[in-house]
Amino acid sequence: MSAAGGAEAVGVSPRRVLSERSAGWVLMGPFLLITLVFVVFPLYRSIVLAFSQTFGPGATTWAGMLNFVEVLRDPLFWVAVRNTALFTLGSLFIQLPCSLLLASILNRPGLKGRAVYRLIMFMPQLVGLVFAAMIGGVFFAKTVGPVNTVLNGAFGVPLDFPWLDIHVIPSLIVIAMWLYVGFNMVYFLAALQTVDRSLVEAAMIDGANPAQRFWHVVIPSIRPVLTFVVLLSFIGSMQLFELPFIMLNGPGTENRGLTVVMYLYQQGFEQGDLGMASAVGWLLGLGLIGASAVQVFISRRETA
Amino acid sequence: MAGNAENRSGGFRPGRLWPHLIMFPVSLLMLFPIAWLVIAAFKAEEDFFGSLFFPRDESGAIALDRLTLKHFDRLFNDVGIGQALSNSFFLSGALAIFASLCCAAAGYALARLKFKGSGTVTVFVLAMLVIPPPLLLAPTYELVHRLGLLDNYLAVLLPWMAPAFGVFLFRQATLQSVPRELLEAARIDGMSEVGIFANVALPLLRPMMGAFVMITFLAMWNNFIMPQVLLHSPEKMPLAVAVANMKGVYYQDYGMQMAATLLSVAPVLVLFLMLQRDFVSGLASGAVKG
Repeated sequence: MSAAGGAEAVGVSPRRVLSERSAGWVLMGPFLLITLVFVVFPLYRSIVLAFSQTFGPGATTWAGMLNFVEVLRDPLFWVAVRNTALFTLGSLFIQLPCSLLLASILNRPGLKGRAVYRLIMFMPQLVGLVFAAMIGGVFFAKTVGPVNTVLNGAFGVPLDFPWLDIHVIPSLIVIAMWLYVGFNMVYFLAALQTVDRSLVEAAMIDGANPAQRFWHVVIPSIRPVLTFVVLLSFIGSMQLFELPFIMLNGPGTENRGLTVVMYLYQQGFEQGDLGMASAVGWLLGLGLIGASAVQVFISRRETA
Repeated sequence: MAGNAENRSGGFRPGRLWPHLIMFPVSLLMLFPIAWLVIAAFKAEEDFFGSLFFPRDESGAIALDRLTLKHFDRLFNDVGIGQALSNSFFLSGALAIFASLCCAAAGYALARLKFKGSGTVTVFVLAMLVIPPPLLLAPTYELVHRLGLLDNYLAVLLPWMAPAFGVFLFRQATLQSVPRELLEAARIDGMSEVGIFANVALPLLRPMMGAFVMITFLAMWNNFIMPQVLLHSPEKMPLAVAVANMKGVYYQDYGMQMAATLLSVAPVLVLFLMLQRDFVSGLASGAVKG
């Protein structure tokens, strides 16, 4: 208080007497204002819309559960769920173990060139889903694409192997692997570097083999980051949209590249039905929150 | 110490080599699509699929003189991609600056200022983290339509201006690197609270600032769905939408597609290589300490 009084006495601007309390709200202000208008209000509207029949952004009438019933009865929605689930499983069970393995290799004490490897591994992520889709469209092209050219030369895989017509999900998993394996590796590496080495050495003296040391000492030490990365890649994978949408110019042959968010986009912005789009959004949101809660619960129980 | 045995002799040791036997090929695999893209952007149609990398002449020797700038010439003169390029720079730059300041201020306030309701606000920020962006797509479109902001850059920028995860990151960074004693000292010197944030806290938050500017710049640069839905005029579109649309128009002209893609990816890669030290370490430390 005396500092504020002193400032007044010297005659500086009244901003100086702003107390800590009001300064908190001033600094929070821009964030709160934008979030209330562009997150909280739309969130409220998404509930209203999900229970309304809409005709473009202007007119709505109450429709009860109709949108949800219609979505859940649409076989196309379940195709989208299946594709998205397959892609997500691929990301979690193929990509993340690879990230962890690469991080453990880079974490070897005294390894030369660690920073360079980390930089190279991280780079693809910058390309982003849209431009990776542009590259993927040419890379996985039949007959002429580099993937088939190389696989044909190395393993005799037929040149017209139909990645983008039939094996869409595997090609999406491969592209996502290229984009994010190094990104997740950076997180794992940072976590591994905080693992107490004396703990690992103690286990070694007690006769634990490398696999046992990894499973019983390293994994528990990095569990918070592990949970965080699993959650992050689960949530990200479930929202897959741009990669197949741009690479296949839409849902692809027989909707083999249709995802939940692409279905939402089609409903809302190709059919112009914002109510259906919001219902899909809520199904996705509740699914994500439910699955995340289960994951956090499991990891908590294992730690306890 | 496992390290002792290795350090004793400096010569060849299989224990030191094997990580490279895995990491080196993996790194090449990671770089392969980028290297391929860089060369493909300069290849004429007749050479595009003739060889994997550099074009070759009739005898099979590498013929660098067959590389061409004509795709870029057409991109700038016929397609007008320069406009999309500057749109992307404007949108990404504006978002990066404003979102970083907005999140830094809020994160700092949550971490270090005692004010009524700060506990509630922290819970609010955490709650905002779990909202998946696609859920807000339809209502955001409706809101922007009502506000008369369709086809206006504000529609693309404002909803992204205050990401809750940014507030969370800056809160963690403040707890970690802005000591209370320093703030108290500044208060005793009679500095205003906003002045303390700008002159004492912000410089200490520089590493997180660098990382977050990069994250938000990238997020906008690579964002497709928001401009696709909220903008209409082709001349207002950023690269992500403009290039994706080219895929339909030039669907058989892979050279044009790859030249446009390289043009879109190159600025981000250059920016990253300039800022990478702050970026990778800032990102990782935020995750570990969080």
